[in-house]
Amino acid sequence: MNIFTELATNNSQPKKKHGDTWKSQIEKAKNKFGSAIEEVRAPGDYPTDVPIFFVKKESVVEFLRYLREEPDFGYHFLADMTATDEGGEPRFEVVYNLCSPEKGPRIRVKTRVAENESVPTLTGLWKGADWAEREIFDMFGIRFEGHPNLRRILMDYRWEGYPLRKDYPLDGYQLFPDAEPPDPERLK
Amino acid sequence: MSETTKTSYPLYKEADSRAAAGFGDRFLVTPDPDDLWEDSRVIINLGPTHPAMHGAFRMVAKLNGETIEKSYCEFGYTHRAKEKLGEHRTYHQFVVFTDRLNYCSALINNVTYAMSVEKLLGVEPPERAVWIRMACCEIARITDHLICVGIGAVDIGAFSFFLYGFHQREEAYTLIEKLCGARLTTSYTRIGGLMYDAPVGWEQDCKAWTKKTREVIDEMDKLLTNNRIYVDRTVGIGVADKKMCQDYSFSGPSARAAGIDRDLRRDEPYMFYDALKFEVPVGSQGDVYDRYLVRLAEIRESLSIIDQICDRMKPGPIWADDKRVRIPAKVDVYNSMEAMIHHFKFFMKGFEVPAGEAYTTTEAANGELGFYIVSKGDTMSHRMRIRSPSFWHYHALSDMAQGQKIADMVATLGSINIIAGELDR
Repeated sequence: MNIFTELATNNSQPKKKHGDTWKSQIEKAKNKFGSAIEEVRAPGDYPTDVPIFFVKKESVVEFLRYLREEPDFGYHFLADMTATDEGGEPRFEVVYNLCSPEKGPRIRVKTRVAENESVPTLTGLWKGADWAEREIFDMFGIRFEGHPNLRRILMDYRWEGYPLRKDYPLDGYQLFPDAEPPDPERLK
Repeated sequence: MSETTKTSYPLYKEADSRAAAGFGDRFLVTPDPDDLWEDSRVIINLGPTHPAMHGAFRMVAKLNGETIEKSYCEFGYTHRAKEKLGEHRTYHQFVVFTDRLNYCSALINNVTYAMSVEKLLGVEPPERAVWIRMACCEIARITDHLICVGIGAVDIGAFSFFLYGFHQREEAYTLIEKLCGARLTTSYTRIGGLMYDAPVGWEQDCKAWTKKTREVIDEMDKLLTNNRIYVDRTVGIGVADKKMCQDYSFSGPSARAAGIDRDLRRDEPYMFYDALKFEVPVGSQGDVYDRYLVRLAEIRESLSIIDQICDRMKPGPIWADDKRVRIPAKVDVYNSMEAMIHHFKFFMKGFEVPAGEAYTTTEAANGELGFYIVSKGDTMSHRMRIRSPSFWHYHALSDMAQGQKIADMVATLGSINIIAGELDR
């Protein structure tokens, strides 16, 4: 099951180094959050490089705040934020890749979200999540509740469809005659 | 009008050339309720094809005089749907797309991508391939930093400084050309190995180049670091302090300039970086000047790393001994049926990567470059997420430029080195 073999060169040392740290962190987080954590997939039992916490979307912000503020965790570097289209029910997973610069380990938090549901925004914790959430909205159509400015970021503001969904076609184009004019509302 | 009649005109013969003209307060602007300029704000649109914008992206700024009161950034003009393409191309085919991310340091993208797929596959490249990859990474880092400090200085008006660096950058591209035949879009790595081995004598070429580059960097240092105009234009400009760096997930030289002592090469060592000796330069203020100093110091460290790598490189295989990923040699393809079938299957169908997911990062020239790949056991990925440092740095530009002059915004933009290719992906 575990596809991650021990390699000398290929950046798989974190598994060896942080195995115990992760184990105690998983225990601690489970005790603290209980049923808000749906599932934990650790590197030994599932083909992943770091542990994955599946958290209910209502408590994801609280959970990430805990990971960030709690001294034993210290995951205050939001390395990446993205989503995947799993195709099942619920359809999407929002993925947060976190890193603890002082302690070293990385961790992954996921939250499952159905097609018409929204996820609470993370902009209150990390300002940088603003654009990442806009990109997820642009590419997957997942809405973020409480986001200050949830609009398309890479595609044109008149674009139809969400390109990174699995049912989005590879062919075809949409043409627009002009660029988006400056928006005085956003300059207030 | 009485005072004008009293005042002498400069070319009158009786005018006293030494007498100071007593202007008094005649030229002080008195507040005028009907003055159109009293509360005037101008909205200007920099980009997407503005020469100071370093690529196709745009900033809309509300100016009061020359000061930016509020601004917002837009991008996406070079969006080529790389993440979507990653789901519809085999792992081998995707290598060429990674060049077009950060095209100033294409080799780092190649290496990081190859590493991330190898991590999922459990394939380990042989020692020589890893050393060559590390040398590639460092050469690419130097070319990227030379571009950043060079163009950043051009934006402020120091043109000759840029030319010093640009010559060495061209020489670096010649080294890269010797490896893979291409200068910019390298596509050099393969999953589990490299396209070609380094030619005979490449190490010596590298060492000659580092020796020359070190001299040039010293010259560049003398030319600009203590230059009064440059210091005046950059100190205290475009400050991204520690708090801001954490808020916006800064990484790489921009974060180190603010005093965040973090370098993935040292803190999460990959390849053979833990076997080498190098320093991680750290700044304190997080302004344009500190970012320039950190980048210049990093170039020197990279040069010493390249020297160390060249000392340790030994002849050996460049492909992992794994049938799944290894492209059969041309001589076998033409002479053996099995190799031909293997070749055909490799390029037509690709190899399957076991189900799993991994987020692999390296210290790229601009910061943390990451590939988050989710595989469902197919020859193409289920999700190919590219975490590019520019995306997070560019986000902070509006905050960094707030309250600054528009020309300082250009200096700030140059110093965080936004590359449109990896910004838009």
